[in-house]
Amino acid sequence: MSAGPRHAALRIRNLRKTYKDVVAVAGLDLDVPTGECFGLLGPNGAGKTTTIEICEGLTEPDSGDVEVLGLHWKSDANRLRQRLGIQLQETQLSEKLTVLETLRLFRSFYHQGPRAEEVIALVQLQEKQNSRVGGLSGGQKQRLALACALVGRPALLFLDEPTTGLDPQARRQLWDLIERLKLAGRSILLTTHYMDEAERLCEHVAIMDHGRMIALGTPRELIASIGVEHIVEFSAGGAGRRLDTEPLRNLEGILDVKSGNDSVLLQTAKLHLAVPALLTELDRQQVALTELRTHSATLEDVFVTLTGRHLRDE
Amino acid sequence: MANHPLTQLTLVRFREFLREPEALFWTFVFPILLAAGLGLAFRNRPPEVLQVGAVTANLAQSLRTDNRLSVRKFTPTAGLQALRAGKIAMLAAPGTGGVIVYEYDDTNPEGRTARMLADQAVQRAAGRTDLVGSHDRILREPGSRYIDFLVPGLLGMSLMNSGIWGIAFTLVDSRRKKLLKRLVATPMPRHHYLLSFALSRLLVLVAEVGVLLGFSALVFQVPARGSWLGLTVLCVLSSLAFGAMGLLIGSRVQTVEAASGIMNLVTMPMWILSGVFFSAQRFPDALQPTIKALPLTAIIDALRGNMLQGASLMRLAPQLAILGGWMIVCFTAALKIFRWR
Repeated sequence: MSAGPRHAALRIRNLRKTYKDVVAVAGLDLDVPTGECFGLLGPNGAGKTTTIEICEGLTEPDSGDVEVLGLHWKSDANRLRQRLGIQLQETQLSEKLTVLETLRLFRSFYHQGPRAEEVIALVQLQEKQNSRVGGLSGGQKQRLALACALVGRPALLFLDEPTTGLDPQARRQLWDLIERLKLAGRSILLTTHYMDEAERLCEHVAIMDHGRMIALGTPRELIASIGVEHIVEFSAGGAGRRLDTEPLRNLEGILDVKSGNDSVLLQTAKLHLAVPALLTELDRQQVALTELRTHSATLEDVFVTLTGRHLRDE
Repeated sequence: MANHPLTQLTLVRFREFLREPEALFWTFVFPILLAAGLGLAFRNRPPEVLQVGAVTANLAQSLRTDNRLSVRKFTPTAGLQALRAGKIAMLAAPGTGGVIVYEYDDTNPEGRTARMLADQAVQRAAGRTDLVGSHDRILREPGSRYIDFLVPGLLGMSLMNSGIWGIAFTLVDSRRKKLLKRLVATPMPRHHYLLSFALSRLLVLVAEVGVLLGFSALVFQVPARGSWLGLTVLCVLSSLAFGAMGLLIGSRVQTVEAASGIMNLVTMPMWILSGVFFSAQRFPDALQPTIKALPLTAIIDALRGNMLQGASLMRLAPQLAILGGWMIVCFTAALKIFRWR
């Protein structure tokens, strides 16, 4: 049952996987249209890696149907492997080989694809072409891993947490790369626990928690769905004066109040009303404001609203 | 051809080997150092003159007629002390009734030799003549020295070490790094991965055997009397057998520490029991069947047979069978339990 002239790149129905006594995936349904970058967003342990490894053919599901590029792993494994590109969550490639040697090795497994040198240029590792993998920085290693995924000219790319552990500059470089791949029309399934990554790269995002999908939509739709547009975060009070947060709930424009360790979070859809109201209330209670920050609602806030927890456990 | 996965995988095995200085040392340099060191320490020396003691001047004089004995005169107590301290191999003293008493340690070959030479000297001095004439022809041929015995032993040990350690270590490390998992996600035919180990091993083998035997032939004139074809067959078969053992050891283990532990457990008994440095016959008879069944014993016996006695492969069939058996058993077991993740 394909919608329109093209098959979906990936179709998952009622996927279940349990390890011993831990339920990793508990009934997941997913559709990734062709030519789209689709994100699986969730904290560690949400079941993202299990899901993507089942799609990659590395793990067998307990039950459910997984259709990748219109094919099934049980019957078409060899054909599928030729057409997929995979970046694992932590791969360490052989440290003693050079970048070029590594790519030539991976290229030899595929019937068709670009030359190793072309892929090196694509991920901008030309200067490091003859350097050993052991001497690359974290960001360069991830770009090499991405190159290994591209070397068979795949119809569908699976990227499992591609920027985890990288410094900000390396992350941005990798994002640029992925965006260029998107522009070239590749289908991508990406898992991440960084909300900025999901917001920036993905056309659709599925938020996962405890093996289930708890929300699905474009980043904009998801943020709009919680009805909150801005978050105000502040600290107030000091020695002696403690803030009473109860009255804040009734202030104009304020939708919800959450108290953290040192700070308070206010959710609002009307920033221009909420901030003045807050300042007035602080003044009434005679408590001094020590810090004030506001940001537009993000997918992180969507997650917090839905689950009460953060994407990254601090 | 160059882009065939098997070619690429074999190239990768080579590069990883050549770029690991430790591996190069253990494979090429260490056996040579052992051969040179032990060959020097245990080189054949001209027959030593034996130190003996005599309690009377008469005895001393008789004994001195044999120039293979160096005689000192002692008082009985001093002589006994010197014997206990190992300074003399034997003490001769007159006993009651005109007999000579020879005191020595009969588990010490020097003591036994000293006793025989001394008695012969004493008898001759007392007038005994030999009824049958004799004359000595000294034989000092390469092939019967310690170094000749040692080199095939070292070669066998080297084949075992590089066969087992090279494969098991790489496998376990690749599994730990999730490199195996990454490879299995590609279309790479899985048997190509394992085959690449065998191929690269065989190619390195040529250099490994060549270097050790070349060194031994050059420096010590260790002979290689058997057919080179036979030698090749032996080396290839043992490499495959030890490779299969390495494959089995590396087929499920997840950490390098566990792998090292198992490899040591497997190889160290063989270093001692299989006759690398000294003849395995020295162990009690009850152990001999077990010792003979060990793969290292089989290859060393076969190598000695080939190099020192020129034995044909037919004659070495039992050893070939033992090696072949280990190879098949280990390989089949490994395939059954191999884990890629």
